[in-house]
Amino acid sequence: MAGNSGNAIDPIHQFHISKIVSMEIGGVDFSFTNASLFMVLTVAVATLFLVLSTNRRGLVPSRAQLMAEMSYEFVAATLRGSAGNDGMRFFPLVFSLFMFVFMANMLGMFPYFFTVTSQIIVTFALAMLVIGTVTIYGFYKHGAGFLKLFVPSGVPAGVVPLVSVIEVISFLSRPVSLSVRLFANMLAGHITLKVFAGFVVMLTGLGAAGVAAAVLPLLLTIAITALEFLVSFLQAYVFTVLTCMYLADALHPSH
Amino acid sequence: MSNTQGNLNTTAEVGIVEDSGSFPPFDSSTYPSQLLWLVLSFGVFYWVMSKVVLPRIGGILEDRRDRIAGDMAEASRLKQETDEAIASYESALADARTKATNLAHEARSKVKAETESARAAAEEQLAAKLSESEQSISRITAESLTHVGEIASETTGELVKALIGGRAPAKAEVTKAVDAALK
Repeated sequence: MAGNSGNAIDPIHQFHISKIVSMEIGGVDFSFTNASLFMVLTVAVATLFLVLSTNRRGLVPSRAQLMAEMSYEFVAATLRGSAGNDGMRFFPLVFSLFMFVFMANMLGMFPYFFTVTSQIIVTFALAMLVIGTVTIYGFYKHGAGFLKLFVPSGVPAGVVPLVSVIEVISFLSRPVSLSVRLFANMLAGHITLKVFAGFVVMLTGLGAAGVAAAVLPLLLTIAITALEFLVSFLQAYVFTVLTCMYLADALHPSH
Repeated sequence: MSNTQGNLNTTAEVGIVEDSGSFPPFDSSTYPSQLLWLVLSFGVFYWVMSKVVLPRIGGILEDRRDRIAGDMAEASRLKQETDEAIASYESALADARTKATNLAHEARSKVKAETESARAAAEEQLAAKLSESEQSISRITAESLTHVGEIASETTGELVKALIGGRAPAKAEVTKAVDAALK
């Protein structure tokens, strides 16, 4: 960072990945980077919170335990709402996804912290995990019957090929839309935040008039920060809801 | 960022190129590392969630649900008992009230009968006394009437003696005359 004065207000700089521990296996770079660090941190914070808060197994919950219970019941209600009771077999997966994405988004809100979910490869991998689960479980459970997913019932025979093509395209675009939605939201939010915060820094360097002019971007930065907290939760929720809906397809392909 | 690994990266064909000109999220040189660490961290997270955290929270919630259900059942049982107690109390109260009413009614009718008989006796007594009195009155009247005759005859005799002077008329004659006058 030192020696590159542009970094201070370069909105893209926060997404750079830097090595912490170099590691190479079979000619492929698997270095432990700042991204890896924050993945581990995300998991550690979420796990510690959930384990410690529920340690006492209080019949009357403490505040922390109540939060853990609420997150449990929130995800459970979301999953049960869209995939039904037999969808609860995927509860550990859906809960892990929600908590991981939510915690990664929230940690990303700390200044100087790396946002794991602002990397398309990460969100795409999570989306592929969901779609992979849907596809594998769908074929495992229903065999070829899973293909009914692409042939909606109650459609006139003449239109079936067209509808099926559309359904296949929509199915294939799911991992893309699922991953790009989360990635783009986090990326755009953090860039916007950085740009407005950068204005404040630049303007305050221009003397008294600049300081006065910096009030507006400062207020905007505060407002966008609040908005980004909302987006952090909302995108984790949207990711979870869509996951639940796709899992419902795997459970009941003939819709 | 730091350029300590810069030399290393430039020598290697593959590997994370720091501060490469490209947009970092689209820099595919970082993908293997990100994927590996994502798999490791998310894998551990998934394992801990499914083996430890979720069963634990699920258990807590279930315990609480059971406890609440048990408490509710106990409460409804106690309520039922209370209702039964109230019902039996109320029926006992109603019984007692009926009994009390009956007793009062009996006592009243008994008293009434006694009063009635006492009054009847008194009335009878009074009637007897009345008839007795009436008899004695009528007897006295009759007696008085006979005395009236005697007095009248005596008085008449005396009057006649005083009026005509001399001797008194015969008693029988006077009586006869008085009786005739009285009739």
